[in-house]
Amino acid sequence: MSAMSIDLSMLAFSPPGWGGNLLRGLVHTVEIAVGAYALGLTLGLGGAMGKLNGGPVLRGVLETYTTIGRAIPELILMLILFYAGPQFLNQILTAYGYPRIDINGLAAGIFVLGVVQGAYSTEVLRGAIQAIPTGQIEAAKAYGMSPWKRFTRIIFPAMIPNAIPGLANLWLNVTKDTALLAVVGFSELMLETKQAAGTSKAYFMFYVAAALLYLALSQVSILIFSLIEKRQRRGIARVS
Amino acid sequence: MTDQPITAARPNPITDGTWQSMKLFGYITVAILIAVGLAVWLGQWGWLDPSFVKSNGTTPKFLEQFINGLWRTLTLLIVSVVVGYALAVPIGLVQVTGPRPLAWLASAFCTFIRGTPLLVQLWLLYYGLGSLFPQVPWIRQSFLWDYLRDGFNYAMLAFILSFAGYEGEIMRGAFLGVPKGELEAARAIGMSRFTVLRRIWLPRALMLVLPTLSGEVVSQLKSTPLAATVTVFDIYGVGRMVQQDMFLTYEPLLLIAAIYGTLTAIIATAFKFVENLIPTRRG
Repeated sequence: MSAMSIDLSMLAFSPPGWGGNLLRGLVHTVEIAVGAYALGLTLGLGGAMGKLNGGPVLRGVLETYTTIGRAIPELILMLILFYAGPQFLNQILTAYGYPRIDINGLAAGIFVLGVVQGAYSTEVLRGAIQAIPTGQIEAAKAYGMSPWKRFTRIIFPAMIPNAIPGLANLWLNVTKDTALLAVVGFSELMLETKQAAGTSKAYFMFYVAAALLYLALSQVSILIFSLIEKRQRRGIARVS
Repeated sequence: MTDQPITAARPNPITDGTWQSMKLFGYITVAILIAVGLAVWLGQWGWLDPSFVKSNGTTPKFLEQFINGLWRTLTLLIVSVVVGYALAVPIGLVQVTGPRPLAWLASAFCTFIRGTPLLVQLWLLYYGLGSLFPQVPWIRQSFLWDYLRDGFNYAMLAFILSFAGYEGEIMRGAFLGVPKGELEAARAIGMSRFTVLRRIWLPRALMLVLPTLSGEVVSQLKSTPLAATVTVFDIYGVGRMVQQDMFLTYEPLLLIAAIYGTLTAIIATAFKFVENLIPTRRG
């Protein structure tokens, strides 16, 4: 019955306890999530502009990217990218006579999650840009703003309030998707938890602890996003 | 960036829905055909042959295993969606109109499910809860033991709870979204509170969520591969096994990716069809 009783001393921060490992895992989780989110947003912004302004070929490619990115389970896309990404890079490197490199787990994790996120971001940002009244963009054009200036001064600022709810959801999704990286062996919160639980045999306690850490992360994120949204929406008439 | 004006595509109320879904379907099909075409052309596919003999002399019958895996994936999906939805209706309802403690409990449940990764919930049930059962002496002897050892049941439970949590939140919004006047009118006609729920409130709420349901079911489909992490041989689990058995990297992954893509397209098309059957007045 010993493993059934909850022994909180196992969550202590210093070595006999596993609390430090869990927190280190949480830090890794946040690092990957931030990196993947940033990569996803970059891909998404490019993708959205490409979808709205690009030619038929670019649009077709982007449509395929967003469709496949959203139709196939993240876990499978992740595995494909996890195997394909480094192999592809190394093939290029060896073809040009450079030595093979080992890609570090953090970079691979960010790459894999970021590419998946990019597909969702593209759609969120495209919707947000399309929701800008056309007149505003036409007015910018009538003033003679260059496309770049139009983007930085009109489209981007006008898009942000529309995009925030969708982007908040994406952030919550990416923090949860980082857990999938445990399946491919990257040491974030989930894998640290699995190791702690497996070694100490206190499975129940450690998985509850991990769940609470993820919950805290998501609740804090929701709070921050609601503050951002409130700030961004100032001066905009509230619907209903 | 070109100088074209950025304009939203003008919606055509008659053809837009079908055209959009046709376009989506077309892109998925084309992309998958290209990927599969490349893979078939470049890859090794001999192992899919039913009479394939491995180098150690066994006949693993991978195709048959894939079909069994597909069946398990579909069972997980359909049962979890149906049962999860049945749970979501009361979870949504008590948050809107239930007694305070029940409403609080339901909302805490939804927050927990939506705020933690499904993988954590699944492992919490399978490894966490599952590790507690063997310590209770009588469980090992009882008929329950066979159920409690099977990863499939844990996966099913986790997926049901997850779907119930996400949909419960959506149903809460839908119940709130039904115009008050309709409910008041029903009460004024003399319907009992239960009759109002059965004949007005619930059907109207279900109509409101129907457009989101297709996406939710697709998300649920995309969660099912997690079952493979708790020893379930769903289609993804079979694919991973083939990867390890045959020392292949891409072929099994591409095959299962294509299957999931096709399933997604089928779900999207089926829901479009159902949505068109239900008369709604828009705008």
